[in-house]
Amino acid sequence: MKGLLEIENLTVAIGDKPLLTGVTLTVAPGEIHVVFGPNGTGKSSLIKAIMGLPPYQVTSGDVRFEGESILNLAIDERARLGIGLAFQQPPAVRDVSLAALGKALGIDKDKLHDEATQLGMRGHINRGLNDGFSGGEQKRSELLQLLLQQPKLLLLDEPESGVDVDSLKLLTAVIERLFQRDLPIRERTVGGIIVTHTGSVLKHLHATRGYVLVNGRIMCSGAPLDIFDQISENGFGNCLAEARIKEKIHDFLKG
Amino acid sequence: MTSSKDKLDLRKVGYDETGNTPRSASFLLEDDTARVAASKERELVMDSMRKARVDYPWVKDLEWSLVNPDTDEFTRHVADHDDPAGNFIHVLEGAKIRFPAQSCFLLKAERNEQVLHNIIVLEPDSELHLITGCTAASYSNAGKHIAVTEIFVRKGATLTYTMVHDWAPEVEVRPRTGIVVEQGGTYLSNYIALTRVKHIDTNPLATVKSGGTARFNSILYAKEGSFFDVGGRIRLLGEGARGEIVSRVVATKSSVISRGLIEGGNADTKGHMECNGIMLDDQAMIHAIPELKATYPDTELSHEAAVGKIAGEQLNYLMARGLSEEMARSLIIRGFLNVKIDGLPASLQKVIDTMIEQAMTKEAI
Repeated sequence: MKGLLEIENLTVAIGDKPLLTGVTLTVAPGEIHVVFGPNGTGKSSLIKAIMGLPPYQVTSGDVRFEGESILNLAIDERARLGIGLAFQQPPAVRDVSLAALGKALGIDKDKLHDEATQLGMRGHINRGLNDGFSGGEQKRSELLQLLLQQPKLLLLDEPESGVDVDSLKLLTAVIERLFQRDLPIRERTVGGIIVTHTGSVLKHLHATRGYVLVNGRIMCSGAPLDIFDQISENGFGNCLAEARIKEKIHDFLKG
Repeated sequence: MTSSKDKLDLRKVGYDETGNTPRSASFLLEDDTARVAASKERELVMDSMRKARVDYPWVKDLEWSLVNPDTDEFTRHVADHDDPAGNFIHVLEGAKIRFPAQSCFLLKAERNEQVLHNIIVLEPDSELHLITGCTAASYSNAGKHIAVTEIFVRKGATLTYTMVHDWAPEVEVRPRTGIVVEQGGTYLSNYIALTRVKHIDTNPLATVKSGGTARFNSILYAKEGSFFDVGGRIRLLGEGARGEIVSRVVATKSSVISRGLIEGGNADTKGHMECNGIMLDDQAMIHAIPELKATYPDTELSHEAAVGKIAGEQLNYLMARGLSEEMARSLIIRGFLNVKIDGLPASLQKVIDTMIEQAMTKEAI
């Protein structure tokens, strides 16, 4: 079966500075893949490169969506194919309201109002996007936009960072909805990647696979909750030690 | 006669000759000739200046009391004119006029020169919404519009003055405006120009007395080959006077000077100014000149100004939602220009919204 998303030996750079090296992973419909890693290790770069955002340049490898390479597509073409991104720190777009964006995208006004109300964002519909929003409001606004966009592939960049416990419950419920957690596994068509620091969204999501990204490389992978537990107890130390051994073996075999 | 083509041109600037939109009074000047001067309200006089000079001799005392005839060659040109055309509006004391009044200055004959002197008087505690549309007929490409306007907002009166300019690529426009806002009065000016014009320069001066308020909003979309030198000056001379200037400018292959001056000259005066501009290409020029002048210690004046291109991260963000770059750019510009104006009747806000929509669809961004 073809993956919803196939990333093959992906190398990404900004100018001369490499950010990701040899990243390979496949996300099938219904799967959630989780990327952990220390700050500045390339987690957000991976998600932004999949979306095609500048200044991230793919220097080798491929990214395929439903079997087709998307590397030559513009950001909006990728979005229209069904790729949706929740930004970690969305820019303020003071002159465009959620209502105006919804209208431009042809989204039903009642649906927008209903979803916004459920997310406690009704009062934000006519305000500039992210303009003066608190951290929690930004996260809710991002997920609200994805609910309206209904992507097949979700890219969530730190969807829970900086939010309080009550907001976390709400956000987790929305993420479950986005990933069709109410449907039997076989009927789920949506998959995605979540970048997370805290791992707190993982408790109810039953993510498929986890990865630890260090210095732009996937160093470890496994069951997401196991990785999360290890990180919670020992930080990234175990994975880094394991990775160093792997690298030594790799170098030895290379001769 | 006003042809059907002309009528379409009038509608573009908010002048409704059909009677479908409620209007309290109408005035239409074609080149030099007043075609319509009618009021449905007893307490609202809507007339031509030529007639007003005869019927209301006191009007002559008001002429040149707020604008100095020696200000420049254009005021001099109006002053030297024997009997300039123009619009006279007079709202009687205490009258709250429910529906907007409309006036329109249409430039019809090619290469014609329209020389005007307008007087607007709101007596104490009266209220009026006025929409003035200035336009050139669609078949007329060149001409000159030189106008002196003097506006008297008496004690406790409120005037909302929405001016829509829709000229032609070779038209020169030189309005010279003076306003006095007396004790507790309010003057709200909305100036909208979204189409090509050769040259517009206007920098009205409002003198605000105690407890009075003056606000200038300008929405400009300067298109190819246009030159705008547009601003507003507010002198807060009375205690507790308030002033605000907001200007939104979008420029493509054109030059815009966006001026603003607020002077705080008495106790407890407050003024704020916002000059924002979007440059659409490297052939545009926006020169924002916000000025604050304090001549009394107990005044509070502030300004903010931002000019630049649309931020790439904003475009990328909207594109990540599925909008093409062109649609994203257009959405941002539309939102930037679409300033919701406090106190404006819905029908006039609709005129402005429609104009912005038309300006956005007329030319590719």
